Amino acid sequence: MKRSALLGLALLGLVALLPLSGDAYWLRLGTTMLMYGVLAMSWNFIGGMAGYPSFASAAFFGLGAYAGAVAQKFGVPALLAWGLAGAAALVFAALLGVALLRLRGHYFAIASLVVAEVLRELVNAATELTGGGMGLNLPIPQMTSVIAQANFFFYAMLALASITFMAMLLAMHSRLGFGLRCIQQNESAADMLGVNTTLYKVAAFMLSAVFAGAAGAIYASWVHYIEPPDVFDVLYSVKAIVMVLLGGAGSVFGPLFGAAIFLALEELVWRNYLQVHTGVLGLLIVLLVLFLPKGVFSLRWPWHGKKT
Amino acid sequence: MLSLQILANGLVLGGLYACIAAGFSLVWGVLNIINILHGSFIVLGGYLAYFAYVKAGVHPFLSILVAAPLFFAIGYLLQRTVINRMIAAPVLLTLSLTFGLDLMLANGMIVAFTADFKKLTLDPPLGLLSLGPIVMPVDRLYAMLFALGLTVLLYVLLARSRVGRAIVAVRMDREAAALMGVNVKRVYAVTFGLGTLMAGAAGPLLVMIFPISPLSGPAFLGKAFVICVLGGLGSVPGAMIGGLALGVVESFGALWFGPEHAVTLSFTLLILVLLFRPTGLLGRKGYE
Repeated sequence: MKRSALLGLALLGLVALLPLSGDAYWLRLGTTMLMYGVLAMSWNFIGGMAGYPSFASAAFFGLGAYAGAVAQKFGVPALLAWGLAGAAALVFAALLGVALLRLRGHYFAIASLVVAEVLRELVNAATELTGGGMGLNLPIPQMTSVIAQANFFFYAMLALASITFMAMLLAMHSRLGFGLRCIQQNESAADMLGVNTTLYKVAAFMLSAVFAGAAGAIYASWVHYIEPPDVFDVLYSVKAIVMVLLGGAGSVFGPLFGAAIFLALEELVWRNYLQVHTGVLGLLIVLLVLFLPKGVFSLRWPWHGKKT
Repeated sequence: MLSLQILANGLVLGGLYACIAAGFSLVWGVLNIINILHGSFIVLGGYLAYFAYVKAGVHPFLSILVAAPLFFAIGYLLQRTVINRMIAAPVLLTLSLTFGLDLMLANGMIVAFTADFKKLTLDPPLGLLSLGPIVMPVDRLYAMLFALGLTVLLYVLLARSRVGRAIVAVRMDREAAALMGVNVKRVYAVTFGLGTLMAGAAGPLLVMIFPISPLSGPAFLGKAFVICVLGGLGSVPGAMIGGLALGVVESFGALWFGPEHAVTLSFTLLILVLLFRPTGLLGRKGYE
């Protein structure tokens, strides 16, 4: 576990060197990777540790994006707005979790999947506040150059990713992480042995919401314009899951590493197959699920004997 | 009088919904897999009928006859080659798998058919039917009757035929069915084929009523899911009751809350039923 944590820190450190390149493209890639990392780590709380197949990441991300954007519309400074967005997602997850987390298996998965659809519809309908289908413009930060701006959002996302990483590390080595692993292995047994399963599950759900929400808010400020189909895209939920699957579920290093590999793959696909990139992404998911359901670390070289 | 009309609209809509949900519910109940592809199969069936009508003048009711065996074959083969490898895998993996397949199919349809919305309009139109205070477009009524007919057919197949009894047996107890000599693998493939068939046959009916695009799949899928929960999992009568109930609720909901809140309304309904009546309105035990 210690090695895994060090690897994660090393990866974050490596990514932190990107601004030295002074190249806006690399900064954009780095910011995206960190954002994906936050989404994957967020999902890991509920999906990897508690074993609940949540598809709610997109809901939290979009809610955070809109909460941050609306707050800034009313003149709240960006940093505070991001914090507010995280808090909004946290409260939302607490309320939602109390109801949804009583469901298990397929029911929970689909119910969490629909949450993003519902939020999208509500945001679409609340035109006065959110601009509805027209979307919402965000204030552009006053900065001297494009690179300075890119740097600003890169460091913002880096800070968020580091906080998320630390939270995950702490959670894993605490009572909470232990309880969640018990829930994952056998919820009824954990309940019987005195683990307060409802409390633990809701806590995991809230942790999975707060960072995703903040990431959504930073994303909104970063791209200056959001609209419902963009930020409530169910692909955010699926990507988070795929990244964790790639890197290995339940570990500290896995989600970040999965985010890095996934982004590399996605960038390659985007560059080369623009028209069919979602199709190729689908193919990647299918191949991953069929052949590597335990992540790339389950790969063994042929001369190392049989694959486990 | 308005409420009578809305009730009629809701029931007609509900008949179509029942048809969408029956196949989805069957696959979920028997294979324990949520088939995310279901929505896109409906859309594909719709496109098939649309192009058959626009290019060759084939009536959509006729193209169902072609679509049915075609989609059965697609579903059967897909189950045999891909889905079957994941049959006992955790929820997350089976969902991701069918989601990935759905992305491929939806993207394929965008490339093949463009992302424009298409709707099949019969020419000449079949006109309107007036029954006292209720007015109903005839094509809509036919589509609903056809959809209900298909659903009843599926019910009869499951209740009366040999393969149908085998499917029901596997749904109840896979091990026991296998011990009684049922070829479970084949039953899985046939079930998935039937589910796909129902989706492909619902498509031509839906494209006569709703405009569809390659990305309409998730909307249909969401309805199928809500209906499954309302009616109880894996039962055809449940899908029928659930479909009619959702159709009526959506129609009145559109009147009271505005049509833009359809998803929110059905989701609220879904959560309430899951929390207070997890076995569905008919009270059957779900097959987790």
